Amino acid sequence: MTTDGKYVGKAIKRTEDPRLIKGLAHYVDDIKLADTFHVAFLRSPHAHARITSIDVAAARNAPGVVAVFTGKDVEGKVGFVPCAAALPDLKVPKYPVLAGSKVFFVGQPIAAVVASDKYKARDAVDLINVDYDPLEVVVDPEAAAQAGSPIIHEEFGTNVAYVLQSGQGDIDAAFQQADRVVTQRFVNQRLAPIALEPRGVLAQYLPGEEQLTVWTSTQIPHLLRTQLALMLGLPENKVRVVAPEVGGGFGSKLNVYAEEALLGFISMVLARPVKWIETRRENVAATIQGRGQVGELQAAVKNDGTILGLKYTVTADLGAYHQLLTPAIPTLTGLMLSGAYKIPAISMHCTGVFTNKMATDAYRGAGRPEATYIIERMLDRIAQDLQMDPVEVRRKNFPKPNEFPFATATGLFYDSGNYEAALNRALEMVGYQKLREEQKAARAQGRLLGIGISSYVEICALGPSAAMPAGGWESATVRIEPTGKVTVLTGASPHGQGQETSFAQIAADMLGVDLGDVLVIHGDTSIVQYGIGTFGSRATAVGGTALVYALEKVIAKAKAIAAHMMQTEVDNVVFENGKFTLKQAQVAAASADAATASATTATPPKQLSIQEVALAAHLGVNIPPDSEPGLAATHFFEPKNFTFPFGTHICVVEVDKETGEVKILRYIAVDDCGKVINPLLVEGQIQGGIAQGLGQALWEEVVYDENGQLITGELMDYALPKAHTVPRYELDRMETPTDVNPLGIKGVGEAGTIGATPAIVNAVVDALAPYGVKDIEMPLRPEKIWRLMRN
Amino acid sequence: MNISLTINGKKYEADVEPRLLLVHFIRDLAGLTGTHIGCETSICGACTVLLDGQAVKSCTLLAVQADGCELTTVEGLAADGQLHPVQEGFWEHHALQCGYCTPGMIMASCGLLTANPNPSEDEIRQGLEGNLCRCTGYQHIVEAVQYAAAKLKAQGAAAD
Repeated sequence: MTTDGKYVGKAIKRTEDPRLIKGLAHYVDDIKLADTFHVAFLRSPHAHARITSIDVAAARNAPGVVAVFTGKDVEGKVGFVPCAAALPDLKVPKYPVLAGSKVFFVGQPIAAVVASDKYKARDAVDLINVDYDPLEVVVDPEAAAQAGSPIIHEEFGTNVAYVLQSGQGDIDAAFQQADRVVTQRFVNQRLAPIALEPRGVLAQYLPGEEQLTVWTSTQIPHLLRTQLALMLGLPENKVRVVAPEVGGGFGSKLNVYAEEALLGFISMVLARPVKWIETRRENVAATIQGRGQVGELQAAVKNDGTILGLKYTVTADLGAYHQLLTPAIPTLTGLMLSGAYKIPAISMHCTGVFTNKMATDAYRGAGRPEATYIIERMLDRIAQDLQMDPVEVRRKNFPKPNEFPFATATGLFYDSGNYEAALNRALEMVGYQKLREEQKAARAQGRLLGIGISSYVEICALGPSAAMPAGGWESATVRIEPTGKVTVLTGASPHGQGQETSFAQIAADMLGVDLGDVLVIHGDTSIVQYGIGTFGSRATAVGGTALVYALEKVIAKAKAIAAHMMQTEVDNVVFENGKFTLKQAQVAAASADAATASATTATPPKQLSIQEVALAAHLGVNIPPDSEPGLAATHFFEPKNFTFPFGTHICVVEVDKETGEVKILRYIAVDDCGKVINPLLVEGQIQGGIAQGLGQALWEEVVYDENGQLITGELMDYALPKAHTVPRYELDRMETPTDVNPLGIKGVGEAGTIGATPAIVNAVVDALAPYGVKDIEMPLRPEKIWRLMRN
Repeated sequence: MNISLTINGKKYEADVEPRLLLVHFIRDLAGLTGTHIGCETSICGACTVLLDGQAVKSCTLLAVQADGCELTTVEGLAADGQLHPVQEGFWEHHALQCGYCTPGMIMASCGLLTANPNPSEDEIRQGLEGNLCRCTGYQHIVEAVQYAAAKLKAQGAAAD
């Protein structure tokens, strides 16, 4: 199953689109249940404070209000918000779903108001009186780790949640043998994921059935069901989680949130459906944020550009509490510190610290963009110090195609790759040599032209279970119904990636049926077998592989039934384009048999369609005696390794000398995500990823002031990429397959974001070379650049 | 307050609180949930509808301000089961992923093409600056609008 078929490899337009473009899809807030109550939250206006009293009497008596819940009302009844990351000596503060005697970040939920409509619920929130005793606030992550800093969680006596040392190779020898050491401080600022659909939860508890259904905007319905069952003390099989249409996630919905458990609890108490839809202000303040790393990278280099070793000392800004994967994200940075290069020794020293802010967690790339950013910036810093072309420094350190599988000093085995080919293709597309000449000419005229290169590798298809906190496999079920229609149940939980189409392409090709005859179902724990979900560029590489194996099982069973119906051995039957036929040698024999058969004996069929076999399998009469009736199979696929997609992005910019504004003149991306099921979807993932990467480089930053107040609390202040601020992307692809899965797929969900950020920052730093600029902290706002040009 | 408005050709009358947002009237009273809410501050444009033919953001208009007006939402675009050329363009060019911004983006594109039937790429990008998409990186959206512009032009020529 590695060659293109009728559908696989083709730019098929998406089967999920009609309902979306007609406005007929159902996101959480579009699901209406009779008698639903609405929930609004009172959230902390303080970053760190003791709650001395809460008075909810006025709120309880307000028109339309049904109930008000505070921390005391749920204490001991709803479990703590879980953290699945396991690290040595990790400090895990107990994270109540409603604040107890203290609040630790702006936006932390304190009380839930339940009312007959959302306006009344929101009105009553203002009637709750809370007395706060403000405490000293910890905002700066580096200061948080210092002795003498105010302590956030007193029970630990420190703000350091963990210290992690990782990496392999003789780092001291590397630095001793170096001709020089290049040192640079890098900041990966906090970002807000901003899925266009904020979070939302609708919970319905049926007291008779003792069953709780939670519709929630999530990327991980099954993992969430397990956690909700534990938090609410319900048997897991009495909890149903449904991820309906989900309006984007980017990692922010790969979590278990206080509100999800609380809504379930409230529905159980009131025996009525309850709904909460997050406002954008709540979303920026109380949905996980991404990145948040401040560190210093040191490279031991030879004068010819060879990198001997890397040392990264970093502080990770974890926020006040751990969400599901918070402490684990920087470990992914450690894994990817080798980038696309052969580096014999690598060492990371990571200090994860608590701060009085919302938790950081997985945001598109999740630890890998941070690694790629600092490596690719460092490659340019090395080039700058050695006065080499950044292209040459990269070429000097790439592993060659024949060196794969390639072991890194971070403990990984890169599966396959041809990094230099991707770089060369991108250079060719941009016309590199000519462009450098143009840059020289422009500089002579006083214009600031810059070229930025980023050659990335990312770790995808997460992942082998041994490397994951809660299983790294994925599941698929294939059913061929009596009428021949095909139902696919996937444990992945797509929310924009398009697997309803790409999985149907795989199934239709392997079964030889029409694409329109395949329905892909996902996101409902009462329909779909247990699955892990969609994140880490895993759904197609891992979930698609599970599908292939489930299809193979179904085909094998159908073949046995077909052989029985054709009165021959299984080995004599071939399956192609949806038809079971006799092998050539058998056809002649069968014809001879038929000629001699008596007139009263029915001639066995020489050809059967998969649909005919499916019907027979369900009728259960004409099937082999040792065969089960029905035609369905499930497969749980455990990958043996990660995959490692790669590519090179090149960005050309011009910086306005008067205003410091950055104009992107060209953006080239050559990506290799292995085999492609649907090039249209891959293009969409790359383009959207690039826009988010540009967002981090140029505009986006979550800003808390010195009091821990969120300054960028809504989209008026948090600047996202817009249609007129992003360039036209020029894309090309290579296909280096992997043997990690039979489809040869590597994954593409995060590549654009990972590749883009350093490309543009490298370009801007290059543009500012006449000013001797060596680094600029993101986001590259015009004012920052303007000041640099004047210093 | 008693108000009366027409949405997609159908008349709706209701007694509403003066503070009721137009988008909540559309979603909750008229039951048309294709119009989405993404920011409540007029920045993201997910709630864009046509008000007397003009693209407006329904999250920062009051329902009472639309009294007596004619609205078109995304549900009202496809005529007789035929997709509107803008909808068709979005499908053909993979101009949506999660789909949440899509209804607003489609309505804004309709407004844009009414005002400027022959937009350049730059004019499309400028014209959609009030609508955010976090998934696509906008390029396919630009191509979808270009497709729709060409199709609408061809339809206009055929009608002449």
